[in-house]
Amino acid sequence: MRFFRLFAVFVRVGVMSELAYRGNFFVQLFESLLELGTALAGLAVIFAHTTSLGGWRPDEVLALVGVYFLMGGAIRLIIQPSMQQLVEGVHDGTLDFTLTKPEDAQLLVSISRVEIWKLTDFVLGFGVLVAALARMGERVGWGQAGAFALTLLAGGAIVYSFWLILATFSFWFVRVENMLEIFQSMYEAGRWPVSLYPGWLRFFLTFLIPVAFATTVPAQALAGRLTWQTLAESLGLAVVMLVVSRLFWRVGIRRYSGASA
Amino acid sequence: MRDLPQIYAQQFKTSLAMMLQYRASLVIWLIAHVLEPLIFLVVWSAVSRSSGGSVGGYSPGDFAAYFIVLMLVNHVTYTWVMYEYEYEVRHGTLSFALLKPLHPIHSNIADNVSSKLITLPGMAVVAVILALIFRPVFHLQLWALAAFIPALFLAFLVRFLMEWMLALAAFWTTRVSAVNQVYFVVALFLSGQLAPIALLPLPVRVAAFILPFRWTVGFPVELFLGKLTPMQALTGIAVQLVWLGLSLLLMRVVWRAGLRIYSAVGA
Repeated sequence: MRFFRLFAVFVRVGVMSELAYRGNFFVQLFESLLELGTALAGLAVIFAHTTSLGGWRPDEVLALVGVYFLMGGAIRLIIQPSMQQLVEGVHDGTLDFTLTKPEDAQLLVSISRVEIWKLTDFVLGFGVLVAALARMGERVGWGQAGAFALTLLAGGAIVYSFWLILATFSFWFVRVENMLEIFQSMYEAGRWPVSLYPGWLRFFLTFLIPVAFATTVPAQALAGRLTWQTLAESLGLAVVMLVVSRLFWRVGIRRYSGASA
Repeated sequence: MRDLPQIYAQQFKTSLAMMLQYRASLVIWLIAHVLEPLIFLVVWSAVSRSSGGSVGGYSPGDFAAYFIVLMLVNHVTYTWVMYEYEYEVRHGTLSFALLKPLHPIHSNIADNVSSKLITLPGMAVVAVILALIFRPVFHLQLWALAAFIPALFLAFLVRFLMEWMLALAAFWTTRVSAVNQVYFVVALFLSGQLAPIALLPLPVRVAAFILPFRWTVGFPVELFLGKLTPMQALTGIAVQLVWLGLSLLLMRVVWRAGLRIYSAVGA
């Protein structure tokens, strides 16, 4: 409960600081719509030449695009800005103020900045997902919906832990922003089913940079093509990543010594 | 004007030294430039295989060849001036460049060329690795390869001038990112980065013929792969020359108008 109250506070701060720049909302909405339109037009071009892409039907790929935007929106809404703030905080010593607060520091840094206008990606992604669901119709049962929710949560946890691990490296290295940037550009690969990629790249996108669990697996769950094994892998990896990132964070924070304070 | 070669030599030296300081950002560009064509290569190969080994005359091997060459051509012709001018106008640092008795475009060109001198060997290695993995099929023709060289050079010039003019949008608005994004989306479809132009619907193909985008990326790629007839190649180079002339004229007008409105926001 404390978490939700804290989160609500940070969201409110995010809203207040952004309401001063209302014009940005329309720019952001325009950019999100443009990106979504590009993705959909790209799909239209591809499905003008084929009826299925690597075994995925058009509405299933549409659902994947929805998940991609939903997850990307969540990343850009909270995870990326908060982690960038953390890296900056380590550089200039402002992390000191976070550490003195009577609350778990990992929790605080993880939600410390909310870029509220990025909600547009999140909402649009949700809309695409609903549209895809409507087209898939009764093929989606309760079991699939449950598996979808589980894998989506697990995917979110995996992506969050991965970002936290990368950002925690800033306790040792200075130029961590670059790594974050690289992840952001690799995430683009998640817009397509990972089963399309050749083995080495699929491995890379599944385990080294866990894009597959964030987008392909939830979409697979929705399409009812999730095996028990993948479900277990997804949940297992989520737990492992959460624990590992937590431990790594603890090691990192012990090394922190307030650069400029 | 007589001193221009000398100035460029010096400019190259400083640019090279600077670029070597920013290796990490060069790597980030490299990844982005490899990943996008790689994704479309994989997607279109899958489409080609699922429709019996050929889409619009492209086999999986043809797609591999198309996107590997596209990756190289795109890398040779890309620019990042729009980000640079956004920064320089917003922070007012453009004022220093304006004090010099030399048009700033020369240092922009030198920066661009020298960064590519550093990254091209890396790109070539990536291309070889991708070629080993995806087995591209080439139908090379000698005349087409010969025509490819001027076509690539013209493509670089046209794209550079075009995107340099786009960068000057920073003089008029601080919301350049939206402007840039519109440009990138149009370029994605019309330049052949999403798919070979021949696979797009007719209205898009017509637009691609009229607008400059295809002539800056897709045209040299198709020429290299031997997809064009000699007549089409000549037409393409003629269109490139027309766009080059137009951009040279237009860029003067835009530059002058922009300077009149520039007020060094952050300075």
